[in-house]
Amino acid sequence: MNNLWGIYTIWYRDLLRFWRDKARMVTSLAFPLLFLVVFGSGLSGSMGMLAPGVNFSKFIFPGIIGMTVLITSFMSGVSVVWDREFGFLKEVLVAPISRVAVAAGKTLGGATIALIQGTLILVFAPLFGVTFPLKILPQLLPVMFLVACALSAMGIFLGSRIKSMEAHQAVMQLLMFPMIFLSGVFFPVNNLPLWMNVLVKINPVTYGVDSIRQLVLGAEPAAALGITIFGHTMSIAEDLMIVAAFGVLMVVLAMWSFGSQE
Amino acid sequence: MSKSHIIEVEHLVKKYANLAAVNDVTFSVEPGEIFGLLGPNGAGKTTTINILCTLSKPTSGKALINGFDIVRQQGQVRQCIGLVFQDPSLDERLTALENLDFHSRVYNIPASLRAERTEQVLKMVEPWERRRDVVKTFSGGMKRRLELARGLLHHPRVLFLDEPTLGLDPQTRNRLWEFILGLQKTEGTTIFLTTHYMDEAEYADRIAVMDYGQLIALDSPEVLKGMVGGDMISLSTTDDQKAQTELKERYNIQPEYDDGQISFEIADGSRFIPTLIKGLKTEILSISLRRPTLDDVFLKLTGHRLRDEAVRSEFKEIVRQMGRHQRRR
Ligand SMILES: Nc1ncnc2c1ncn2[C@@H]1O[C@H](COP(=O)(O)OP(=O)(O)OP(=O)(O)O)[C@@H](O)[C@H]1O
Ligand SMILES: [Mg+2]
Repeated sequence: MNNLWGIYTIWYRDLLRFWRDKARMVTSLAFPLLFLVVFGSGLSGSMGMLAPGVNFSKFIFPGIIGMTVLITSFMSGVSVVWDREFGFLKEVLVAPISRVAVAAGKTLGGATIALIQGTLILVFAPLFGVTFPLKILPQLLPVMFLVACALSAMGIFLGSRIKSMEAHQAVMQLLMFPMIFLSGVFFPVNNLPLWMNVLVKINPVTYGVDSIRQLVLGAEPAAALGITIFGHTMSIAEDLMIVAAFGVLMVVLAMWSFGSQE
Repeated sequence: MSKSHIIEVEHLVKKYANLAAVNDVTFSVEPGEIFGLLGPNGAGKTTTINILCTLSKPTSGKALINGFDIVRQQGQVRQCIGLVFQDPSLDERLTALENLDFHSRVYNIPASLRAERTEQVLKMVEPWERRRDVVKTFSGGMKRRLELARGLLHHPRVLFLDEPTLGLDPQTRNRLWEFILGLQKTEGTTIFLTTHYMDEAEYADRIAVMDYGQLIALDSPEVLKGMVGGDMISLSTTDDQKAQTELKERYNIQPEYDDGQISFEIADGSRFIPTLIKGLKTEILSISLRRPTLDDVFLKLTGHRLRDEAVRSEFKEIVRQMGRHQRRR
């Protein structure tokens, strides 16, 4: 009970800060929205069909959602570095709430913010000529949240390990761009050269993006673009299992990391 | 270890690389006591506090708070302590109220008490009207006061105050001390204090003096002052150098020299002054006699004056805030 209360308190503060920082909200949406403009209406005519009924704009939209969730979740770790820099982390670490609850609250906070950002992309999408069936929302939002939790946990874990602002920024860039580009956000992941194929398939983000894409496009066309491992095409459930397994690992690491903070 | 001590420290050591910031420290604190830890900058005071409040692990040695081990029972230790850190630790993006609210929640202050306590501490240290302002817009002193308010909010068993009044105006310092002393009286709170202000150190029931990571004295302020013995005479002359040599050679006195003042201790000061005025070749500009203060004790033990340390700490604070400003740009 105490722990739940602690998780809530940590979560609430992160959301409050997010809400105060409208500039961050807008700037972190700018990048994905730019992609939507360029690929959604601008480029898609010249790219042809990627699968039956799927032009480039349709293809990339779920990827952009995934990317938004990824970037926001990942950056949630910066709040830990920031708190350390400004001393607030001490207030948290010396408080009588368990470190497990701190890590959980932080992860959920980051994931909630990522979900909000992802949802904003969904809201803005029609403005850029991208549509999706509304009836998938009850499935899509939980899937986005699961992906967000897994990646937030990773962000929080890294944020709690890396002590300086500069180093954190460097590591984030070093990890984030490959994870975006090698995840099938921008191109279908079948028929890739071997080295790329391997990297794509060990990238957990790939499975998150694939599950979102299968939901948005429907199973039929998505299957043609889907991920195959040893001849087996991944279903949404299998994708999500991989994401969840990765998420559990990261949450455990984040909890351990907070537990051993000095 | 006896049960009656609220803080119990045995052979505590903390090493950073090859520097022993805390070097084999042993002491204990009684429940309800005001315990002052004094020492020059870098003596290891903050490090000691960090270890006691579970923020940092000792390299070796042992410490108990309220009977709980600071390494193996961190949860229980955190439950019974409160802290005012030397360095800033507020969330500057939140308002004053939100900062206090976060604290009340993580410290499990019952909802029925929360509003009342918040108002009480805020009114003591803060312009109450600014409670809904974002902390970033506060002045340095206001932030410090908010930090104090937060530390007092949950009425802990043991309250660690690491240079709590650094950079505060005298009125606020007085009000704060009233509150702290009140808390000690009504709730039996144990206060563990570091300070560079002599008048604050006088509030302590016992004082430990730390230097280079080791305790070099531990006793009540009265006994410590007794260590200096006799009276303190300070004088300034036209040639302090020469006057000191004279004192050494003629009267066999070992004077300290600090900030344009020659000072020394002497058994019967009021009788010695006429002798000195008649006897000293160097012309005396001023002379004064007083009972020894903690400042004299500190000077004798560490070779620094407390007053300098206070100035130095304040200077450090300014430099730090400047650095922070630059980084933020
Ligand atoms: N994280 C750290 N890494 C390395 N050295 C450290 C660290 N923290 C403290 N020290 C060193 O330990 C020594 C004691 O520092 P500490 O902060 O405990 O001093 P202090 O008595 O609180 O001084 P002040 O009056 O300036 O606050 C100093 O020499 C300091 O440089
Ligand atoms: Mg200190």
